[in-house]
Amino acid sequence: MVTVGGKAGPAGLEVVDATVHYGSDVGIEDVTVEVRPGEVVGLLGPSGCGKSTLLRAIAGLEPLTSGRILWDGSDLSAVPVHRRGFGMVFQDGQLFSTMTVGRNIAYGLAGMPRAAQEERVAEMLELIGLTGYAGRRTTELSGGEAQRIALARSLAPRPRALLLDEPLSALDTTLRRRLAQDLARILRETGTTAAYVTHDHQEAYTVADRVAILDAGRLLQVAEPETLRARPASRRVADFLGFSAYVPADEARELGWDGDLGPGEMLGLGPASLQLDSSGVELPVVEQSLTVDDIAITVELPDGQRVRVSSPSKVEESSVRVRLRGGAITPAGPGGDDTRG
Amino acid sequence: MSRLGWRAGWALAAAIPAAFLVVFFAWPAATLVARGFHDGTTWTLEGFTAVFESRRTWRAVGFTLWSATTSTLFCLALGLPGAYLLFRTRFRGRDTLRALVTIPFVLPTVVVGVAFGSLLRTDGLLGWLGLSGTPVAILAAMVFFNYSVVVRTVGTFWARLDPRLTQAAATLGASPWRVFRSVTLPALAPAILSAAALVFLFSASSYGIVMVLGQTRYSTIETEIWFLTTQLLDLPSAAALSITQLVIVTLALWLSGRAQHRMTRALRLQPDVAEVTPLRMSMDWGSVLVTLLVAVVLLGLPLANLLWRSLHLSGRLTPDNFVRLGTQEIFGATVWGALRTSLQTALAATAIAVTLGVLVALVASRRPRRGGARAALSTLESLFLLPLGVSAVTVGFGYLITLNRPPLDLRSSLILIPIAQAVVALPLVVRTLLPTLRAIEPRQLEAAATLGSAPLQVFRRVELPHLRRGLGLAIGFAFATSLGEFGATSFLARPDNPTLPVLIFRLFGRPGAESYGLALAASVVLALLAGVTMALAERLRPKEVTSW
Repeated sequence: MVTVGGKAGPAGLEVVDATVHYGSDVGIEDVTVEVRPGEVVGLLGPSGCGKSTLLRAIAGLEPLTSGRILWDGSDLSAVPVHRRGFGMVFQDGQLFSTMTVGRNIAYGLAGMPRAAQEERVAEMLELIGLTGYAGRRTTELSGGEAQRIALARSLAPRPRALLLDEPLSALDTTLRRRLAQDLARILRETGTTAAYVTHDHQEAYTVADRVAILDAGRLLQVAEPETLRARPASRRVADFLGFSAYVPADEARELGWDGDLGPGEMLGLGPASLQLDSSGVELPVVEQSLTVDDIAITVELPDGQRVRVSSPSKVEESSVRVRLRGGAITPAGPGGDDTRG
Repeated sequence: MSRLGWRAGWALAAAIPAAFLVVFFAWPAATLVARGFHDGTTWTLEGFTAVFESRRTWRAVGFTLWSATTSTLFCLALGLPGAYLLFRTRFRGRDTLRALVTIPFVLPTVVVGVAFGSLLRTDGLLGWLGLSGTPVAILAAMVFFNYSVVVRTVGTFWARLDPRLTQAAATLGASPWRVFRSVTLPALAPAILSAAALVFLFSASSYGIVMVLGQTRYSTIETEIWFLTTQLLDLPSAAALSITQLVIVTLALWLSGRAQHRMTRALRLQPDVAEVTPLRMSMDWGSVLVTLLVAVVLLGLPLANLLWRSLHLSGRLTPDNFVRLGTQEIFGATVWGALRTSLQTALAATAIAVTLGVLVALVASRRPRRGGARAALSTLESLFLLPLGVSAVTVGFGYLITLNRPPLDLRSSLILIPIAQAVVALPLVVRTLLPTLRAIEPRQLEAAATLGSAPLQVFRRVELPHLRRGLGLAIGFAFATSLGEFGATSFLARPDNPTLPVLIFRLFGRPGAESYGLALAASVVLALLAGVTMALAERLRPKEVTSW
């Protein structure tokens, strides 16, 4: 079993052994994860890994084949979507085009008097930095604006938890980075308990307090971003996070590393593990390519594995000197289902 | 081929159907309008004053509006649950049920009239209801006929509505009923309006139904036109009424078109596949109940009763009615003889309508760069769809006053009926073929060109195969429509050489068990022919053709 962080507490959202099958296809299998009050948990994984299915199951949009979903300790399986009190932000906003921006945000405030609704709408628009947008039509919005309004709409009724399903993935890269920061700020300011699905590591690290890694319907690891990077629970997690070569302790030390590994552990090398160092070990250059902010040099380790090194400029020589500064301490077993049972 | 050659070719392709439509639609229609304002020597409004001073007219206009509106409301009320059930949920036998509920729409209006007439006659299965000859009978037949228009138009649209829109509403705490009212219904509005406009149009022009069931006590504008023309020979008044009908229909279509345009702008549909969920009786029992009731009582019963009664003569179970189809002469013709005439005219009409429809679709699917040319094409397209909004009765009446004297005396020629039927069928053909051509991604044509295909080759190897896919449905549509056409044909058919719908109408109105039995048997034959044709055509329906 993967440890899911802390012991099971009574408060917050708990997913226990959740399984969702579509016909014969498995959506998610035996997933157990917990979101504590005020915490943002990122659900990260490649497309098709089941992360959206998990989110939809929590919302009540996907019936569980087995397992339970609990809020403050009470089972939600008999509670229909509209009584769960979980807000949801969809990938493409899903704003109601037949209503204005203001009516969209007020949609979840049906029980309130009109004046209180308007006040809350104004408050939400201020929170997302779109003051004065209440009267606009949804067709007049840019993609980024639409997503922020979808967020405001979900937050307006003060949901006990917010579920975000790749809310930024339809936007272009620059806007996505900026909005991820906005989103992280808004979720913190409002103290919102949230589950955030994404396939973008950067976005997950920006927004989430803890990140759950899913692959092929199974949960591989849940941890703080720093822990994930420093000690991935399996080779598969490390692979997914971008580590490309794995070396034993003695080989790591030959490359200039000064750390230590326990028995059955290897050091995973990622793009930032090796650094150019004129007094370091000499390694042959296999390939060089230009990226947005550096030259990525691919070097070959003595055992034939390849690793990327960042360089400020192109190198003329056929080899470079590098030193190993750090990496991910990873269980030595090969990729696969080694973390379970 | 040179650029100029292409242009000339396209111009010719546009000119042929345009010329046909001018001679066989615009000219008769214009003459008809002129007849309303001109008594042969001077301009006058006498036709209008005469006709609108008559209480009969007001009754007909009132009944037309009342029956069409009521029929529309009933179709919507019954059709929305059906649209949901048949297009948004999944259960065993759904596809069969979908096919079954669309049967009534492909039946000739005369057959629909006969089916309900036979069901509600005093000696009929539901005779004890005392509905024979009442507006309720007419209304029930109209709803029977148009129910599937709502189911299909709204259903295909509903299936493509992004399910996450309603899910978003549910996560905001809205109950299923509030989600339906505040999100689903407004999103469906364009489709509902479009369906409502069609049902109104079809109900206001269900001439065959009213002729059979009205029994001269209830008349619509159309049956009144027929009455004025053929019984009173009062052409100016008939022309005035035709113009009134034209105005009402155009107004209805224009209003709904405008509303649809306004509402469709903001809508986002799923590009492609439909979202369906398994049927849950706890949630969906209401739609199941309504749809089953409609399918069994409103749709199934009249048809089953028609078939059952056709196998009876004077209370005995016998195939005698069917035997006499070939032997008994009525008005100098047997039913088989009338059927032969019908098949011949329908074949000729189909040939004309499909040939012209192919030309129109090809021309209208061009994608010229210049805005002027694009505007011209869009005008051309709507021009060819115009006969859709003009009732067949108007077409028939227009021919009667236009094409029966020099320069074009076709009254005595057999070709007039196929031409009238082709004019009626042409819009259907165009609406079927155009989507298949429009579905070609322009980049595909560009890709073919960059791969070295000359324009003619691109046309032959990419566009024509697409067009061919829609051809089966178009031919089926045209043939079935022409086969059952009654409105125009009833003005033009010669007494000694009637088409099958015309003969059925006459037989049904004649007293005597033998004529009645013959009318039922002939109705069964005509219904089977039209039904089988449409069933075959439906199998060839390309998925991008979503019109009824």
